[in-house]
Amino acid sequence: MEKHTLAVLVENSPGVLTRVAGLFARRGFNIDSLAVGRTDRDDVSRMTIVVEGDKPLIEQVTKQLHKLIDVIKISNITDDEYVDRELVMLKVTADPGQRVEIMHIAGIFRARVVDLGSKTITFECTGTEGKINAFEESLRPYGIKELVRTGKIAMLRGSKYVALSLAQTREAENG
Amino acid sequence: MKLKGAQIFFECLKKEGVEVVFGFPGGAVLDIYHEMAEHNIRHILVRHEQGAAHMADGYARASGRVGVCLVTSGPGATNTVTGIATAYMDSVPMVIFTGQVPTPLIGDDAFQEVDIIGITRPCTKHSYLVRDVNDLATVIKEAFFLARTGRPGPVLVDLPKDVIQAQTDFKYPKKVGLPGYRPTMEAHSGQVVKACQLLAKAKAPVIFAGGGIIISESSEELTRLAHLIQAPVTCTLLGLGGFPATRPAASGASEAEPLWLGMPGMHGTYQANMALSHADAILAVGVRFDDRVTGKVSTFAPKAKIIHVDIDPTSISKNVEVEVPIVGDCKNALLQILEYFQKEPIQGMAESRGQWLDRLAGWEKEHPLTYSNSRELIKPQYVIEKLYEIAGREAIITTEVGQHQMWTAQFYKFDRPRTLLTSGGLGTMGYGFPAAIGAQVAFPDKLVIDIAGDGSIQMNVQELCTAVCNKIPVKVVIINNTYLGLPRQWQELFYDKNYTGSCMEGSPDFVKLAEAYGAVGLRAERPEDVETVLRKGLSINEPVFMDFMVSAEENVYPIVPPGKSITDMLLT
Repeated sequence: MEKHTLAVLVENSPGVLTRVAGLFARRGFNIDSLAVGRTDRDDVSRMTIVVEGDKPLIEQVTKQLHKLIDVIKISNITDDEYVDRELVMLKVTADPGQRVEIMHIAGIFRARVVDLGSKTITFECTGTEGKINAFEESLRPYGIKELVRTGKIAMLRGSKYVALSLAQTREAENG
Repeated sequence: MKLKGAQIFFECLKKEGVEVVFGFPGGAVLDIYHEMAEHNIRHILVRHEQGAAHMADGYARASGRVGVCLVTSGPGATNTVTGIATAYMDSVPMVIFTGQVPTPLIGDDAFQEVDIIGITRPCTKHSYLVRDVNDLATVIKEAFFLARTGRPGPVLVDLPKDVIQAQTDFKYPKKVGLPGYRPTMEAHSGQVVKACQLLAKAKAPVIFAGGGIIISESSEELTRLAHLIQAPVTCTLLGLGGFPATRPAASGASEAEPLWLGMPGMHGTYQANMALSHADAILAVGVRFDDRVTGKVSTFAPKAKIIHVDIDPTSISKNVEVEVPIVGDCKNALLQILEYFQKEPIQGMAESRGQWLDRLAGWEKEHPLTYSNSRELIKPQYVIEKLYEIAGREAIITTEVGQHQMWTAQFYKFDRPRTLLTSGGLGTMGYGFPAAIGAQVAFPDKLVIDIAGDGSIQMNVQELCTAVCNKIPVKVVIINNTYLGLPRQWQELFYDKNYTGSCMEGSPDFVKLAEAYGAVGLRAERPEDVETVLRKGLSINEPVFMDFMVSAEENVYPIVPPGKSITDMLLT
């Protein structure tokens, strides 16, 4: 089972997230992660969806997504060169005596302190999924109080890009 | 001049050419009903909203136009859900307008509030909640456009009460702007050539056609192609009528079409299932390889290279791997294939086809569709054969779901598209009667007949009132075996004859029931009455229930036991 990364442009309309999520649930597709936010255009959002499955399944996922009226464009960028990032916020137990040690570990991962409590430190860290996993594992022995990840976002490298075609742009504007 | 949302609603329907709305009023849509008298649109008042949805569906399937229904919020909306799901599974163009509580109350669990958009999301092609009267015209335009284009389907528009009360300038958009919606109509010519080369080499080809043929209005192209390349044809339940089952005979009467194999699948003909199982090439057009057709998928068509034409890419390689996928409109693809073979006739076709067609004819001779008639008991198959003799190829037949539906598919000879309306995908009991009413509204002068079971007819029997009040002269042939026949048959064959729940004793007297509604009721209890009752019933220009007391434990054969290969047919 491979992980596939899909960059999906959707209309920024109410219900679009439910439609996408509902489709995955209904058809029995497993979402590894889903991150969504608007693009440079107010009326278009972009989802980065990571799905696990073999090739026929991913093909079916892609086709089913295409069938949703609100979905404008889907690019499976898995086999392309791309950069991807995920942001994690992690609150770890840190007695004053452990702070230095923990800060040292965080430094290795280039995580930043965003908050400090009497017994906790909160970090933010960005990176690939693998790096975030490693960061999480190295702090686990100290006691993770809270952890939240954004899910992966991804973008093609170089001058290639995932965007609306000219015709689609025109249609969106006229519509 | 500013118009109220409710007025804009009717202006939009007029622009879409809507002539009839099937509906049922309630608090949330009374503003629309208030405006209705001012507009020249026919309203058929139903007795249950499920009926409205099926009527819109029957109207759409019979005519090819978009069916429209209008219901109130809450229970009015939820009552349409089965009808919407039925239409969705069978790709029927419909627009369902539901009332909704005023926008400030949405989400507060207001009286008769339900999230109908959420409830119907998995069974609509698309849906809209109109939050602003300024969006209303655009939404309605898009709804109709989506319902009828591409792979058609039901689109739901939820109308909050304050939106239809609000006023704005009416302007109907000229174009729709749906950047994410662009169905592929034209088949890829390279793929078409591949398909044709595969077909040209085939020694044992079969054309396997479905509802897509009817929807894309391409039965003529299909028929021409089948004759041109001498390929036998099998049609799914939804495809019946897409290829003529008979042809004119020298005597002037009609005879069985030699290229016609009948329906395949669980209750398909022996020869259709054998043909698919021995074919070396299958041209699948407008089908989706439903499990009722394929049986055990891993053993389906083991020798065949499959070409699959469908407008919906998700249908391709979903259940069955195919050799040549072709996304596009069936008509367009068939025209391209026809053009290819007109230019490049298949070499040595007469000889190779001769052998294949002989083999098929042999299978048919070995195990034809048959039943043993009786002098004492009315056989259900006999009723359907007689009905075909009398009503013929012009009648529009609808069915409910069950044994009578399968016997109809087997024993009625459908020659023309849109003459069989039946719930194939969802298998909705209670579909056929309201669908017949809808079809009769579309074609007031045609003979429209619902073939029903004693179980199914009771699921929407209240619509007899709709038929009587609106003078819609549909005929209902009730195949009354006092059982839910298919469950009983399965219990007999696969559940040790444990008939729990399938016995329908205690049903009403359907003749009296018809009379109570102000319709005509007739009954046949002996084989010799069948023809008399049919002739009499079909000649009356009012709604008629004809109750045929048939042999109770007749089974539908062939039957492929669930989970088995389609060659594993039980034949008697």
